[in-house]
Amino acid sequence: MKAIEQSVVQEYINKFANKDVYIHLETTNGAYASHFDEKAYNVGAFIRNAQVNYQHGKIVSTGGSFRVGLKLDLGWVYAEGLSDFEFDEHGRLLMAGHDREGRLMVALEISEKPFTHEAEEDES
Amino acid sequence: MNHKQKHLLVIFPHPDDESFGASGTISKFRDEGVPVTYLCGTLGEMGRNMGSPVFANRETLYNFRKKELNQAARNLDINVELLGYRDKTLEFEPSEELAKHLKDRIELHKATTIITHYPGYGVHPDHDALGRAVVKAVEMIEPGFRPEVWMHAISNDSEKDLGEPDFIFDITPYWERKEAAIRAHLSQADGMMNLIEEQDQASEHYQRLKTEQFYRWIFPTD
Ligand SMILES: [Zn+2]
Repeated sequence: MKAIEQSVVQEYINKFANKDVYIHLETTNGAYASHFDEKAYNVGAFIRNAQVNYQHGKIVSTGGSFRVGLKLDLGWVYAEGLSDFEFDEHGRLLMAGHDREGRLMVALEISEKPFTHEAEEDES
Repeated sequence: MNHKQKHLLVIFPHPDDESFGASGTISKFRDEGVPVTYLCGTLGEMGRNMGSPVFANRETLYNFRKKELNQAARNLDINVELLGYRDKTLEFEPSEELAKHLKDRIELHKATTIITHYPGYGVHPDHDALGRAVVKAVEMIEPGFRPEVWMHAISNDSEKDLGEPDFIFDITPYWERKEAAIRAHLSQADGMMNLIEEQDQASEHYQRLKTEQFYRWIFPTD
């Protein structure tokens, strides 16, 4: 992944608009948060392979990172804290935000094909 | 049980659980000539650590972790079998099916000892869920044919609740192998190993890694 270039990512977001696409959306502070710090809360949510069709989407800069909102006919997909992106060899737009130690905090990914459990082609 | 060929089955949900939690004990068994198989529940594909500096992303992580696991297994001279579940979801799997799946593997391997997480003291929900499923699986096996089950407890309150563990191994003789196994999990272990190196070798954390301890699970009908 590399640092988000807003105009580049905006173009990818536009390309997926008005198509049936699959979304991976996730936020996490890790399963061990309250193990290492009693006062911390474990919070997290993910949705994998939600099928949506968005009218349009926008990426907005917040200075340090970015927010992305996708407008659906009946709702929204939203993520905050995104800083890195990759348009991978499977034609998927991957976006993520990491903390100082490089741990993932948030991810929003868009693909025309379902996200797989184990990728079929790049078997080790 | 001396006449019987021993087989240690390690059943944890994530690549690296075996290295952090039991690789000293695994090495001890290997040195005694006991075959060891690691049944790894998931590929840890929802892990937060992406390498440091970051080299993986959510969609490539499982691939790195699979390779790392194979490397750790080579270092420890053990076999690995993947159970094929998805990280973070084990507690939501139908528990009967999960237990049956494990029972079949346990019987297939003729396991004589199993190491898994102590249900309720595993900290990570996958640890608790798989430990619980192991108990259920072994309960499905007729008494007399059941392997011993050794539970690895992680949570901070485990000793307060459970008392002294039944097995306490000083794994200093196997430290090099343990460290190599941990280091094989590049995407996950970097931060951890740096932490260890920075720390005073007498620190609690360092000492914790040099001791591996387990509780023997008592089945009511044993
Ligand atoms: Zn684990």
